[in-house]
Amino acid sequence: MTGLVLPAKKIFRELTAPARGARAEPFMAPSSRATVETQALTRYEPEKPKGLFGRLRGAMEKWTYKQGGPDLEARLARLVAPQNEYGVDPFGLDLEFAKAAIAPALWLYKSWFRVETHGIGNLPPGRVLLICNHSGQLPLDGMMIGVSLLVEAEPPRIARAMVEKWAPTLPFVAPFFARVGQVVGTPENCRRLLAAGETIMVFPEGTRGLNKTFDKSYQLQEFGLGFMRLALETNTPIVPVAVVGAEEQAPAFWDFKAAAKLLGFPALPITPTLIPIPLPVKYHLHFGAPMRFTGSADDDDQELDKKVREVKAQIQAMLNKGIEERKGIFF
Amino acid sequence: MSSPSVLITGISGNLGRTFAKVLHRNERVIGLDRRPFPGLPKDLELHQLDIRKRKVEEIFRKGEIKALVHMAIIHDPRLPQAEHHSFNVLGTKAVLEYAAKYGVKKVVLLSSTNVYGPQPENDNFLTEESPLLGSQRFPEIRDLIEVDMYAQQYMWKHPEVETVIIRPVHIVGPNVKNAPSNYLRLKHPWMLAGFDPMIQLIHEEDLARAAVCALRPGTRGVYNIVGPGEVPLSTVLRELGRSPIPVPHLFARSILDKLWQYRMTGFPSPELDHIQFLCTVDGTRAERDLGFRASYTIKETIRSVLGEVPPRAHSPAGAT
Repeated sequence: MTGLVLPAKKIFRELTAPARGARAEPFMAPSSRATVETQALTRYEPEKPKGLFGRLRGAMEKWTYKQGGPDLEARLARLVAPQNEYGVDPFGLDLEFAKAAIAPALWLYKSWFRVETHGIGNLPPGRVLLICNHSGQLPLDGMMIGVSLLVEAEPPRIARAMVEKWAPTLPFVAPFFARVGQVVGTPENCRRLLAAGETIMVFPEGTRGLNKTFDKSYQLQEFGLGFMRLALETNTPIVPVAVVGAEEQAPAFWDFKAAAKLLGFPALPITPTLIPIPLPVKYHLHFGAPMRFTGSADDDDQELDKKVREVKAQIQAMLNKGIEERKGIFF
Repeated sequence: MSSPSVLITGISGNLGRTFAKVLHRNERVIGLDRRPFPGLPKDLELHQLDIRKRKVEEIFRKGEIKALVHMAIIHDPRLPQAEHHSFNVLGTKAVLEYAAKYGVKKVVLLSSTNVYGPQPENDNFLTEESPLLGSQRFPEIRDLIEVDMYAQQYMWKHPEVETVIIRPVHIVGPNVKNAPSNYLRLKHPWMLAGFDPMIQLIHEEDLARAAVCALRPGTRGVYNIVGPGEVPLSTVLRELGRSPIPVPHLFARSILDKLWQYRMTGFPSPELDHIQFLCTVDGTRAERDLGFRASYTIKETIRSVLGEVPPRAHSPAGAT
């Protein structure tokens, strides 16, 4: 490296130094780091969107607070996301947008499904993987778990679901998911969010569970192993979650596979209402005690499968218990 | 021939000139470009040559060159593929081989994050190890990927040369005229209805700073270069006061293909992927190893396409 002595440091220092007076050329203009840092510290006051969309958003936000009361307003104010000067976090979550967008979800939660949570105090502080069963043709179970963490967990949290890779190709769904904090389920995304101490929601059954026909209700389908590798790698506790009720919201008797393939859908379930309109079933969300696993993330699939089966058995047990304890499907 | 100099290929381009203007204050700079350099600084030596010409070797042989910054990479979608391939791949190969032959100690190659390509299944933050799938949906940029791959291979073949590949996100600024900045200059840019991906932009001067950081001795490897942060596309357009036209994604590609065919647009249809899917990257490695961090704020970076020069003399402590 001798002979190659570039005064890069000097250049860099000069480039990043504050400008001396107005004679500074645009290029030499100071772009001090200090500027960036002080700006990061100034509190971001989001500009309210105008027009029709803005009014709709305002109305939705009011609806959110009307349903949740002043209590909810205070809870939501406690949420913090590392937002930039435009109010979004690096993954695209926009808290202000989310506060308006959750209004219909909150209505489903409080009025339609009348969700009851059990053991939500089991959530450990810090990063956590919620491993949940998946059912009901539409992923409303994920939405309800998400709402429960906002309105009932202490402290309130934003659950990040690892969504199907199909979602980013769907118009309107793709940006909506991003603004409310949902992320495409790649291992790298999960790793990054766990490192940031986030709450990750995983449905290891995927569409296998979501779109199963009614004869298989409350029978857990094959679990993927990916979540266990990430849990071991990042030393993250797993909280098993059993959702009771979602299975009956839209019982499907047939998966029209040929049409699904034609449309590029993962499945096309046919329900008594033809398209899956959720019935007003009663939801029960059971949060289990945190499970901690040790071992190498690079173990054989067989080794991992053992651990995954432990989690699966735990969720199945919680499901069975939940079904036994509930008074009826609709109450 | 006094002190050893830095050779910049593609110096007459909008980006090359920006970079040259910063570097020539502290370094002896030699430029190589087939185009003229308007407003050439006096102390800057320009060789107006095609990089594929044999005479290029003369520059390496004669001038004591300690570092090569290779920016002579064209991307004009109207040019035939063969020309792209010949200029970009063969040109890169030629200058990099000369660099190794004549003992140049440092090579910095300007690639871009387009090599990863926007895809629905992308990670939100692609790392330098992510596969280069850019040509999967946009075969016309194969040559750009080949250039990047060639430089990676060169890194192994010539460990004595400190090679740095920089892959910046969309470069914008008052001077650059590439696809992203041209798109942002449209009054009524298209958006795909129902899609609003996160976008990363970098100011041209920040990029020049990153290249300076890459020239620092002791650094080598592949680096993503990011700007000040990521924002939704709609936010960028709102900040610029644009009124986008929402086009249904199902028809957008065929409409754009027709417009392209009749030369009514400068955007080939695969570019639409950039306003539909994510192609955002992780720049922490460059921050850690090169010490590079963008100095313009998000707002300044976005507004730079308007040609505005932000008032920087007074520190905006309370400004938002």
